[in-house]
Amino acid sequence: MASIQLDHVTKIYETGQVAVRDLDLTVADGELLALVGPSGCGKSTVLRLVAGLEMPTRGRVVIGGEDVTTAAPQDRDVGMVFQSYALYPHMTVRQNLGFGLRMRGVSASDIASAVEKTAGMLGIGELLDRRPAQLSGGQRQRVALGRALARHARAYLLDEPLSNLDPLLRVDTRSELALLHQQLGSTMMYVTHDQEEAMTLGSRIAVMQAGMVEQVGRPLDVYRYPANRFVASFIGSPRVNLCACTGARSSANWSLASPLFVQPLVLPTFDGELPPRVEVGFRPQDIELRATDEAHVVGRIILIEPLGPATLLHLRVDSTPDAALRLVVPADTVVRHGELLGFRIRIDRLHVFDSATGRRLVELPPSDAGPAKMAPEHR
Amino acid sequence: MKNAPPAMRVSAWILTAALVLPLLWAVLASFTPEQRLFGGGPILRSLTSEHYRAIFVERSFWLPISNSLIVALSTTAMSLLLGAPCAYALARLPLKGHQFVLAFVLAVSMFPQIAMVPSLYLMLRGVRLLDTYPGLVLPYLTFALPLAVWLLSGFFRQLPADLEDAAMLDGASRVRALREIVLPLAGPGVATTGILVFLSSWNEFLFALSFTLGPERYTVPVAITLFRGQYQVPWGQVLAAAVVATSVVAVVVLAAQKRIVAGLTSGAIKG
Repeated sequence: MASIQLDHVTKIYETGQVAVRDLDLTVADGELLALVGPSGCGKSTVLRLVAGLEMPTRGRVVIGGEDVTTAAPQDRDVGMVFQSYALYPHMTVRQNLGFGLRMRGVSASDIASAVEKTAGMLGIGELLDRRPAQLSGGQRQRVALGRALARHARAYLLDEPLSNLDPLLRVDTRSELALLHQQLGSTMMYVTHDQEEAMTLGSRIAVMQAGMVEQVGRPLDVYRYPANRFVASFIGSPRVNLCACTGARSSANWSLASPLFVQPLVLPTFDGELPPRVEVGFRPQDIELRATDEAHVVGRIILIEPLGPATLLHLRVDSTPDAALRLVVPADTVVRHGELLGFRIRIDRLHVFDSATGRRLVELPPSDAGPAKMAPEHR
Repeated sequence: MKNAPPAMRVSAWILTAALVLPLLWAVLASFTPEQRLFGGGPILRSLTSEHYRAIFVERSFWLPISNSLIVALSTTAMSLLLGAPCAYALARLPLKGHQFVLAFVLAVSMFPQIAMVPSLYLMLRGVRLLDTYPGLVLPYLTFALPLAVWLLSGFFRQLPADLEDAAMLDGASRVRALREIVLPLAGPGVATTGILVFLSSWNEFLFALSFTLGPERYTVPVAITLFRGQYQVPWGQVLAAAVVATSVVAVVVLAAQKRIVAGLTSGAIKG
């Protein structure tokens, strides 16, 4: 096991496309870091840089304290699970699992026992003599995982390993992966575009956009205290509501007004300065339904999506017909299509961003959690 | 075929007939006495194996066949051995200007053969390779290698790159990944390339005629051409020789084709 460090890494492809921009990232020994971002944000490139399948244009890659920036993939001793699984179609599962060991000159009897052990751990013991074509998607995924794990590598890299599974299987396998990581305690880097997968699996998550890391932190910290507008809207489902506001200091407190609001939001404990234009974000869950005369926002229900455990409502405010708001209410709430609904926004869960830069501005003291931490914290 | 519409079935039979009938006629004619060939056509009653006896006993046709086999098989082996790494490099490695290299390779193979004969003759004489097997194999590589490189790089490029990446992360070097992963998976492509190279070398005439000096080194096309005497062409023997030459090719191609079919089924299982 070993840590992984990316030190000011930049990757510019021959086409001039900048895939990764001055990236600094550390994966601690034994940690599972989930790298999450929209497609094309450079997260897979980061993985390939660590694997040695791409060379950085600038910067260093360090694995276990050893500078491997220019080392070939076969000399880095990392295992990788590919999105396509990349199983060798002309080999049996047994040969697939043993391939890495055979390449490293391990004796046949040691390979056999390591393969049996890995297959037992992943529950693919009966499949050992089949070929990849004779396996289902879930089985292939396990074999791909097993091929990486059969060898004790310094770190494992997983590139969207669950994206080709059907949703039910994906959730099950996700839990198994989490258990497996607990059990093995290996250093892992996990790339996904699915924020839920990242949240549930990662010891920490790193949110990437356009080749840069926007925020690194523990999943709940990133969820509660997104460093900027992008992170706020990317992490969390259903998506955060964003509305443009103008801030004004009235007496001691700042109040934020918007055409969406019937009454302005008052920030009781904030004493800093705000630019004239800000953007306010609140998660669909961070609201309380109220009578219309006490509400911050009053809107008409245009769509009701029952999710089961809760119901997702889409609301339109009559004064600003372009904007729709998303609210999550308990499933037993009685609502009708077209009904007027009022709600208050939980000020303690409010996110305020600079309209111009998108950066988070207000650090409100949380009511039910420790202080916000932007700095990475290791277990 | 069984479920195909009648029109397709009919056209398939017409195509088969068009391909097979001349061959059948040649086989039949090769068993027909010389004097009947141009009068009345082949007749079953008067069939004779005289032509076959003549080419093997009088003309030792074994010699050109073994010459051709040695030259064509060596050319095939050499072009696959040299062409595979080259094609792999062009298909996968981040080489600058690999498009240019491929275009150049193609341009070289388009050069008219006759334009190369005089200079090649002088070069081969200079290194004392005239009338030897290497003296044929080396010139053959001028058209066989470009063909092999072009075909193979196409086949290699079709393989998912993830497989080689996975092999390298598993600890294989590039060369090992080529040997353990790429070549087995590109098996059908390699076999196809081998067949095409073999056929073009087997049928080659101009170089074989120019760079051999006597019957000891004649290849099949040259030997058959030189059957003709000053006053007459022994068509029966020519046909018998052609049938023998075709059979050898058929055996080689069928052997390789088995490999192609086996390869196709293994290629179908993408991980």
